[in-house]
Amino acid sequence: MNRLSDNALWRATARGFAAIGITGRTLVIAIPMLWFLVFFLVPFLVLGRISLAEAIIARPPYTPLFERAADGTLSIIASLENYWFLWQDTLYRNAYLSSIRIAAISTICALFIGYPIAYFIARSPEPRRTFLLLMVVLPFWTSFLLRVYAWMGFLRREGVINNMLIWLGVIDQPLVMMQTDLAVYIGIVYTYLPFMILPLYANLTKLDGALLEAANDLGASPVVTFFTVTLPLSLPGIVAGSMLVFIPAIGEYVIPALLGGPDTLMIGRVLWDEFFSSRDWPVASAVAIVMLVLVVAPIMWLQSTQDRRELD
Amino acid sequence: MNRTAAPDAIAADTKPWRDPGAEPFIGIRNITKRFDDFTAVDDVSLDIYRGELFCLLGGSGCGKSTLLRMLAGFETPSAGQILIDGQDMARVPPDRRPTNMMFQSYALFPHMSVEKNVAYGLLREGKSRAEAHARAGEMLKLVKLESLARRKPHQLSGGQRQRVALARALVKQPKLLLLDEPLGALDKKLREETQFELIRIQETLGVTFIVVTHDQDEAMTLATRIGVMNEGAIVQVGEPREIYEEPNSRFVADFIGSVNLFEGRAGMAAPDMMRIDTEVLGPVNARPRPGLTQGQTVWVAIRPERIGLSREKPADAANAVPGVVEEVAYRGHMSSYRVRLAGGQMLRVTQSNLTRDVDPISWDEPVWASFTPAAVRVLTE
Amino acid sequence: MARGWFLPLAVVLGFVFLYAPIVSLVVFSFNESRLVTVWGGFSTRWYVALFNDRQILGAAWISLKIAFAAATIATVIGTLAAFVLTRFGSFRGRLLLTGMATAPLVMPEVITGLSLLLLFVSMELTLGWPAGRGLTTIIIAHTTFCAAFVAVIAQSRLRDMDESLEEAARDLGAGPVRVFFDITLPVIAPALVSGWLLAFTLSLDDLVIASFVSGPGASTLPMVVFSKVRLGVSPDVNALAAIIIAIVTTAVLIAGLLLRRSMRRPQ
Repeated sequence: MNRLSDNALWRATARGFAAIGITGRTLVIAIPMLWFLVFFLVPFLVLGRISLAEAIIARPPYTPLFERAADGTLSIIASLENYWFLWQDTLYRNAYLSSIRIAAISTICALFIGYPIAYFIARSPEPRRTFLLLMVVLPFWTSFLLRVYAWMGFLRREGVINNMLIWLGVIDQPLVMMQTDLAVYIGIVYTYLPFMILPLYANLTKLDGALLEAANDLGASPVVTFFTVTLPLSLPGIVAGSMLVFIPAIGEYVIPALLGGPDTLMIGRVLWDEFFSSRDWPVASAVAIVMLVLVVAPIMWLQSTQDRRELD
Repeated sequence: MNRTAAPDAIAADTKPWRDPGAEPFIGIRNITKRFDDFTAVDDVSLDIYRGELFCLLGGSGCGKSTLLRMLAGFETPSAGQILIDGQDMARVPPDRRPTNMMFQSYALFPHMSVEKNVAYGLLREGKSRAEAHARAGEMLKLVKLESLARRKPHQLSGGQRQRVALARALVKQPKLLLLDEPLGALDKKLREETQFELIRIQETLGVTFIVVTHDQDEAMTLATRIGVMNEGAIVQVGEPREIYEEPNSRFVADFIGSVNLFEGRAGMAAPDMMRIDTEVLGPVNARPRPGLTQGQTVWVAIRPERIGLSREKPADAANAVPGVVEEVAYRGHMSSYRVRLAGGQMLRVTQSNLTRDVDPISWDEPVWASFTPAAVRVLTE
Repeated sequence: MARGWFLPLAVVLGFVFLYAPIVSLVVFSFNESRLVTVWGGFSTRWYVALFNDRQILGAAWISLKIAFAAATIATVIGTLAAFVLTRFGSFRGRLLLTGMATAPLVMPEVITGLSLLLLFVSMELTLGWPAGRGLTTIIIAHTTFCAAFVAVIAQSRLRDMDESLEEAARDLGAGPVRVFFDITLPVIAPALVSGWLLAFTLSLDDLVIASFVSGPGASTLPMVVFSKVRLGVSPDVNALAAIIIAIVTTAVLIAGLLLRRSMRRPQ
């Protein structure tokens, strides 16, 4: 807070920049803008461009966009062949459909598990509320990978669940749970549950308790009150939470790779294999572009619920 | 600032707005502010003089706060000019204006102590730390908070916070202090005490104050002059007494205090009396008002406390109408009545309870409501 | 729904679901037996093994370096983005910036990872930078999505903050830059600390994006762990998990206590 660093110095600097047409304002806008442009938006353009190339054995392993022919003319090499390939090969189509199915089912399960928890926390008195919220967030801060790994120990043939059930005498042959779609559902619900609970909680705490009392006073039973007042009012929270689970789940790779079986088809896994095993960068790019198209609509929906929340 | 002096005994130095030759200290010239398609302030012109305590009074959304924020420099006018002490403020950012503001939320910096809050503006002026803190100490003494200098804002009561905000805004000795609902966050009792405190400080320092408020009592108590705003425009400017006694429109008459308004037509005029023909009250005798043509639509405005109630028709009353008491509300120092007139309309009347009446007028009694010509204000808009 | 057994039961089951796997992970990290799920007596041998595993320790160090750098840069960029979006009114590209600062939150990691890798490859071909892939490219990639998280946290704090605080400082003679450092930054500092911590954890945790943009010699901890557990459960990973859980729990509890103390102040 010394005098030298005060207004005079800032003003002189500002004048200098202003003289060449840069105000402090544009400078401040430029920093995050440029970062996200270069490292978030431009990559998608590169992705789109490479999805139009052809795989070759070279460094980099794809054909260039421009080619100079012997006579010096410049021609653009681009083809939609990779997309045609994705369309024809049922593997990809099934992978997309099955990703959507798995993500949707997991989202619904997460909603059914998360809603009562969020509701309970939102209705709890203060010291308990903070504690419960902390308990929900705590697992989220520990490693995602290790949380998925924990389920490997749980669901295995000799895992905790099977051991327990056999010890209790419920079953005498171990159940096959690992490497099934069920394991993938559990994994997704487990890892993304906080993303469902937090927006729901944020929404439900804002719900005025007097509304519930009013409904009750007007003769609605608690159950009726829930379905006619609480649930409709928490719809924005439901949308936000569902999208926060659904969108990343579509592209999930680690969970199907660790918990799923060889026939658990998910598009993130297909992309990963295409890239790391087949080393076919153009096809992997095309897979990513199509996946991007799939998630754009839900992202917009999420964005619009966020915008509406800001208007309130 | 002798507020109780008879209105006609002008001293131009205490009421410069009555002197046509006086130089205004703040000139607001045709200021308009539009937000997208909403016009918040609509072509406002206003002169404010040195040493005034000027109140901008209006309901919420009338543009009074926007006008204040344009004076402080937080909003840029869409059109028009603001002059402070002869200097055009158009290109002057808020940090370089000779004004300071007291915010409605007080806006005390939560991470700084009371003393640091008050010294902040002095440090920004380039004052040394020692000088800034010495001056902050003096200012805190003026608002009687010197013992709390090391507290953080969240450790203060509402009234204490209000005084810190005032000290912080005054410490730089601004030419003009802008106050946005300065007493709005205080409870009623504290508010009344603080009003006089505010006047005391303003008179001690001689700073020009512009206060934004929605509370007419507050404006009446504080102001040398009041500017009443409605829908972005100034509808009347005047001393508190003028605004109350001589409102220029139905809006002002109705906004300040309570009033009975009846439509009528200007009738015969004599040098010392004129008649207004109303449907509800019949012919009403009023003081003559120049500039009215016979048959013109006008409104008569009568304050409830200027109407007398009696069981018998008063013999010498210039105006008297019969009615039946519909409601009585006893309010301690006075009682309010609603009197149903012959045509079914209601007349509001208040009577001070000067003596303990053994047989007060009560429900369902037929009464006469009477008022003098001077109690009638004739309005044309 | 407020009364009755349904809600408490659902909540208890929900928390069992959340915590049972973690608890069993920690319990079996002290297991003597190599078979992770069969109890063979108490032992700390897997912790000893873990601390002698140079590969894991090296990867952990790399991950910490990346997370520190990425979280720090992300906090700067995310805060600027949030400030611009909440305080600058309308400007050209506002909608674009809003979108770009939100989309990384939900973008599937495989897409982000692949597209960034392709960007780095193209940049290397045309600009000669970054030469190869490794720490730098992972830091850039992590910074980008972490900045989006910081921006969300900072934005909500900036929106809650009384804007007249900043106006009051302007009014008292501080220029815009001064106001930012004197008022805005101290007021939103707690949110920025939690933003930094979140960014740090997210970076430490990321497997997919790092796998795409990393190069030889820059294997992060999740990459090493993943290659281990892909082959099946392994008890030293349990030990690692237990350590991480212990650190995180302590940190979160301390943060929670600090938060409670700061909330107890009357506002």
